[in-house]
Amino acid sequence: MKINWFKYSAPSNFYPVIGKLIPFFMFFAIVLSIGGLYWGFFQTPDVLSDQKQYYRIIFIHVPAAWMSMWLYAVMVGWAVIGLIFNTRLSYMMAAAIAPTGAMFTFLSLWTGAFWGKTSWGTYWDWDPRMTSELMLLFVYIGYMALQSAIDDTRRADQAAAILSLVGLVMLPIIYFSINCPNPAECSSLHQGSSTQQIETNILWAMLVMTIAFWAYAFAVIFMRVRNIILQRERHTKWLQNLTGVKA
Amino acid sequence: MFTVFKTILGRDLTLAMRRKTDILTTFFFFVIVISIFPLGVGFDKAMLQKMAPGIAWIAALLASMIALERLFASDYEDGTLEQMLLSHQPLIIIVLAKVFAHWLLTGLPLVLIAPLAGLQYHLSGDEVGIMMLTLLLGTPILSLLGAIGAALTLGLRGGGVLISVLILPLYVPILIYGAGAVSTSMEAGSNVQAYLLLLGAFLILALFFTPWATAAALRIASE
Repeated sequence: MKINWFKYSAPSNFYPVIGKLIPFFMFFAIVLSIGGLYWGFFQTPDVLSDQKQYYRIIFIHVPAAWMSMWLYAVMVGWAVIGLIFNTRLSYMMAAAIAPTGAMFTFLSLWTGAFWGKTSWGTYWDWDPRMTSELMLLFVYIGYMALQSAIDDTRRADQAAAILSLVGLVMLPIIYFSINCPNPAECSSLHQGSSTQQIETNILWAMLVMTIAFWAYAFAVIFMRVRNIILQRERHTKWLQNLTGVKA
Repeated sequence: MFTVFKTILGRDLTLAMRRKTDILTTFFFFVIVISIFPLGVGFDKAMLQKMAPGIAWIAALLASMIALERLFASDYEDGTLEQMLLSHQPLIIIVLAKVFAHWLLTGLPLVLIAPLAGLQYHLSGDEVGIMMLTLLLGTPILSLLGAIGAALTLGLRGGGVLISVLILPLYVPILIYGAGAVSTSMEAGSNVQAYLLLLGAFLILALFFTPWATAAALRIASE
C-alpha cells in the first residue's frame, strides 16, 4: 500500500481534519487536567509535613516547564521542515506553536515564583535554570516579534525559522543548567531530575498533567493554525467554497 | 578567496573612514554610558569596583547593538548587497569580511578605551588588563552574533529595536563569562583562565557557525 505522506501538507486537506480533531483534544485536555489535579491534590500519600504541602504546585510547574522546552523543539522542527521542503503549512505550524510555547514558559516561571516564595523565601533568584528559562521566554518573544514585523509572509516565515534555529542553543543550556561544578560560583536551587525515586502516585499525577498539557497544546495550536490558514489562504478557491466561510 | 576578504575589508574600512562620525558616535556612546552610570548609583568606591565589570560589559553590549543596524543597511539600500549575493564569490567570506570590518570600527575601539572605565571605577592595572582581554575575546562574538540579527531585520521599520529584542538574549552567555572573568580577577588568589578559555571557545564556535546563519538570512532578506 502506498501512503501519500504529503496529502495533509496541503492546507485544504489539513484544515478539515484538524477541525474534527480539536474537540477530542480539548475534551482530553479538560478531563485529564481535572483527573490529574484531583489525583495530585487529594490522592497522593502525605509523605511530607503540612508545611510542605506547597510542593503540589509541581503538578503545574514541572509539566509546564517540560512543555516550554518541548514545544520549542517542535517549533524548530517545523521551521526546519519548512526551510528544507518549502512547505507553507510547516511555517504555519511553527508560527502557531510560538504563542503556546511562550505561554507555557511564562506559566512555569510564574508558578516557579510562587513555589520559590514559599520554599526559598523569594519570588525570584538568579538561579541558572530560572535565568535560562527567562531567556527562552525572550527568544519566543523575539520569534513572534520578528514574524509580525515582516509584512511579506514568505520572508517572515523564513527569517523567523532561522532565528528559531539560532535560539535552539537555549535548550541544552536550560537542560544542563543544573550541573554546577562549583556551588560557590553558581548556586543552583533546582536539582537534578529525580523521577526514579519519586513516589509513584506523584509521578503518575505529574505525567497525567503532562499529557493533559499536550492535549491542550494540540487543541489550541490546531485552532490557531486554522485561523492562520483562513488568513493566508483567503484568496483560494477551496476556502471560498467552504461552508461557513464568507470570503 | 582571500582576495575577496581583503577587498571587502578594505572597501568597508575606506567607506567608514570617509564618514567618521558613525564610528565616533558608537565610541562616545560607550564612554558616555560608563561615565553617567556612577551618577545614578552613587560614588561609593567599593560598590563601583564591584559593579565595574557588569557596567562596562552592558555598555559594550548596547554600543555594539546600536552600531549593528548600519552593518548591512547602506549596502542593502544602494543595491551593493544584491551584487554581492549575485557574485560567484562565497557569501560566507563576504559576510566574515564585513563583520570583521565592523568589529575593527566598533568593537576594537571599545577594547582600547576600557582603561578609562578602569580609571573611573577604581580598578587596578591587572583587573583592567583582564577586562581588556575579555572584551578583546568577547566583542568579536557580539559582532558575529549581532550580524544575524542585522541580516534578519534588514530593511524593516523599527529594525534597530527589533535587533535588540532578537539578539540580546543570545548575548547572555558572553555577558556572564566576560563580566564574570573580571569579577573573579578581583578576588585574591583566583584564576580566570577557565573564563578566558570559555570565551575563546565561544568565539571559535561563533566564527564557524554564525556566518552561515547570516548568509542565509541575507539571502532571505533580499529575495
